[in-house]
Amino acid sequence: MQTLALVALVLTFATSFGIWDKRRSGRVTVKEDLRHSVSALEIGSELGEAATVLQFSSAFCTPCRATRSTLSSVVSHYPKIKHVEVDAESNLDLVRRLDIRQTPTTIFLNSSGKEIARAVGAPKRDQVVNALERI
Amino acid sequence: MIDARGPRWSAGLTAILLIAALITRSPILIIIQLVQFGIGAFAGPPKSPYAWLYKRFVQPRLSKTFESEDVRPPQFAQFVGFVFALFATVGALTHTWPLFVTASSFALFAAFLNSAFGYCLGCKMYLLGVRLRRG
Repeated sequence: MQTLALVALVLTFATSFGIWDKRRSGRVTVKEDLRHSVSALEIGSELGEAATVLQFSSAFCTPCRATRSTLSSVVSHYPKIKHVEVDAESNLDLVRRLDIRQTPTTIFLNSSGKEIARAVGAPKRDQVVNALERI
Repeated sequence: MIDARGPRWSAGLTAILLIAALITRSPILIIIQLVQFGIGAFAGPPKSPYAWLYKRFVQPRLSKTFESEDVRPPQFAQFVGFVFALFATVGALTHTWPLFVTASSFALFAAFLNSAFGYCLGCKMYLLGVRLRRG
């Protein structure tokens, strides 16, 4: 009887965690303090004229591929916004400075390279469009 | 590259087996799971018994188009599972039930999250691990 209760507890806890993570994943949060900034040199690519969508990926991350296709297709509608993808493992200094904990993480940079928003996990198309419309 | 649905199927079977093992406290069941994890971790997930069942009975009934993923994250996850199953097996064989129950519960938590939500705990921990290791 005790074991059954334990199994039920573990499954309930896992379900709550799973639902919480699904809700949180990919949500774009706007940064007010603009404390992080990134230079063209650090990402090995020119910044976009109006904004840059900087995606951190790792070699064997499955949702990173979905994120890449979402971001590049949305960004293609905005000629002054650029999508840049960098490998997290080979840019560990930048990963630590920006406090990136998992891949994919997407950082929205303004024209001067300041972080204005971020999405942890694979963002949905309309979430990205909303974020870019605000820029 | 492997069919991304395979590891979720295996995680589902793993969760069912772990629940049965927890309830019956059967060393045989936890050893079966230990062998599954061991083959998955050291020979690769596609060589494991659950993957064989998947290819033989499940995959032919599913759609031919599927998301593929790199074999390394599920292999890493199988290794983490192997370590927990090893503790659980030692617990069961020596009748150290708190050890058996704790190790099996952690494994059940991860396996259930993976099968129900496609959440790979091991994959998310990977970047954090790299950040710490090359501190």
